[in-house]
Amino acid sequence: MTAPAGKVSRTVSDEVLIEVRNVRKYFPIMGGILRRQVGQVRAVDDVSIEIRRGETMGLVGESGCGKTTLGRTILRLVPPTAGAIRFRDVDVLALKGDDLKRMRRRMQIIFQDPVASLNPRMPVSDIIGEGLLAQADRENGWGSRPVRDGRVGDYLEAVGLRRSYARRYPHEFSGGQRQRIGIARALALDPEFIVCDEPVSALDVSIQSQILNVLVDLRERFRLTYLFVAHNLSVIEYISDRVGVMYLGKLVELADVDVLYAKPRHPYTIALLSAVPDPDPRIRKKRLVLSGDVPSPANPPSGCRFHTRCWLRERLGNPENCATDDPAFRDIGGGHRVACHWADEITDATVAQFVPRVGRRLDEVRAAAAPAPGAPPPTASVAPPASPPIGRPTSG
Amino acid sequence: MDTTRATDLAGPESAGPAPDYEVGLVSLNQWQIAWRRFRRHKLAMFGAFLFLGIVAAAIALPFIWPFDFYTIPTPKPNCRIGCPPNPDNIFGTTGGLQRDVFTLVVNGARVSLAIGLGAALFGAIIGSIVGGVAGYFGGWVDNLLMRIVDALLSLPLLFVILVIARFLGSGNWLLIMVVFAAFGWPGVARLVRSLFLTLRNEVFVEAARAVGVSSTRIIFRHILPNAVSPIIVASTLAVAGVIVGEAFVSFLGFGVDVTTPTWATPSRTR
Repeated sequence: MTAPAGKVSRTVSDEVLIEVRNVRKYFPIMGGILRRQVGQVRAVDDVSIEIRRGETMGLVGESGCGKTTLGRTILRLVPPTAGAIRFRDVDVLALKGDDLKRMRRRMQIIFQDPVASLNPRMPVSDIIGEGLLAQADRENGWGSRPVRDGRVGDYLEAVGLRRSYARRYPHEFSGGQRQRIGIARALALDPEFIVCDEPVSALDVSIQSQILNVLVDLRERFRLTYLFVAHNLSVIEYISDRVGVMYLGKLVELADVDVLYAKPRHPYTIALLSAVPDPDPRIRKKRLVLSGDVPSPANPPSGCRFHTRCWLRERLGNPENCATDDPAFRDIGGGHRVACHWADEITDATVAQFVPRVGRRLDEVRAAAAPAPGAPPPTASVAPPASPPIGRPTSG
Repeated sequence: MDTTRATDLAGPESAGPAPDYEVGLVSLNQWQIAWRRFRRHKLAMFGAFLFLGIVAAAIALPFIWPFDFYTIPTPKPNCRIGCPPNPDNIFGTTGGLQRDVFTLVVNGARVSLAIGLGAALFGAIIGSIVGGVAGYFGGWVDNLLMRIVDALLSLPLLFVILVIARFLGSGNWLLIMVVFAAFGWPGVARLVRSLFLTLRNEVFVEAARAVGVSSTRIIFRHILPNAVSPIIVASTLAVAGVIVGEAFVSFLGFGVDVTTPTWATPSRTR
């Protein structure tokens, strides 16, 4: 896999821009005649991440795992139940009134649904200009209509639309164009950090790449930091520097993008990667299909939340601690963090059985090693043992 | 001529980049779109002309057929319970004093329409504000306002109006209008609240909050414009309801003063 072109010219600083500490968001479930709280949905449960200035943090997971809620919590669009969020040195959760409004200028959001996120009753000039009007002060002069309209035009052009489109209404645009309007709305406030909440999931595949490229271009041009939420692993791989994988409200694995896709170490991540279709029809790999549904976040399983569906646990003979102890989110080297008691049992060869791409790479290494029988054993970092150490070999 | 034009098209000029012009699409706002659609809808246009006709008649016709309460027509024999339509009285006459029904209808239109439209309009305004606040903010504000609405809706409206009319009793039609508005808004408030409850969760509302737009502006610029259609429909129906309600109250003698003609007057014998 070649590195996406967008990554070459960028520098990610070491400075932490967003710091999320033990954030929880529980939604109450009301029930009974008296509408009392009878339970809670643990949408986000004790998640901590750091996003560095200039980087793109990808966030994947299946529907309902809390990735969108996490993004909205960071922006204070939903109040968290517990935890701390810092933007540079500002405590985001403590902000009120005008301070909160001023902070909104620095962090923005791009929504998933380009139809629902634009008010059908407003022309584009108002949709984009509204944020400017709300954030107007003496310094930026956004209170004046000509200044605002000029800026709206500039940002329409920045996302590849005509200035004259400002007069039109959302229904006059295609899905891709509407998403560009949504991007322009976020950008017009000149933010440093943007939560991209599945910005391409609702779009036609041919449009997805256009919008992704717009996002990549703008990232360079305006030195943006993204939290990129998606459930499409290829999209995440293309745009992210680091990737976090969420399952049932918890972060289960976090690593640099190359590491995560080549050496995943959480059984859930491997299952996700295994589900990615491979364009090479010659590849025959066993697909890892998880049994059952995602358990309800209102009543999550004890211990490791993934243990009810974990293929690794099954192979290891159902060890007890998976069901009793919540695994720590530990660093297994180089900032690669995994929340699994048995992550050490997974080798590259285990991964290769299920993930076609990783398997193909290993096959190439093997083939290169084969014609030279007397050659020294390949280095441990790339080469696998001849047979997988756990269970029976299932590849083929 | 034609040949010249053809060569022009194929000529070197046209091989250059396409001119940067725009296809002349005219963007229409909400009301322009609504007006366009309305104009194409035959029944809607028919209804509009009918209504405008009634309004025009209410304004103009009383000058041609004036009504004076103290002028009592010469009674005709065999018409004590009212005459059927005849060449002199095309709508017939009332019982008792045998007034011409057509004249009463023409002259009563002004007050009846004013009460109906006015009460519906004020009811819609009050209801929208109360319902909007309750639906948008939710929580205890919603609870409090909705309990007030429930209390008002649980009262038998017509009897309350009878009591109030008697208590304040001047027979002034403006007072009747205010009373109907004051007791008509709870229905609208409920409707608007439910609309706001769904609309406040729309993504574009969240987007507006994300850029720092104030609650007031979100209510008036984002939510209300998307809620007007059901409000307009409900208010239109309320106009008719209030007109009938006023007729009922006036028939019982608690409404508009007998000397002022309304659409209730033909039902009276005086």
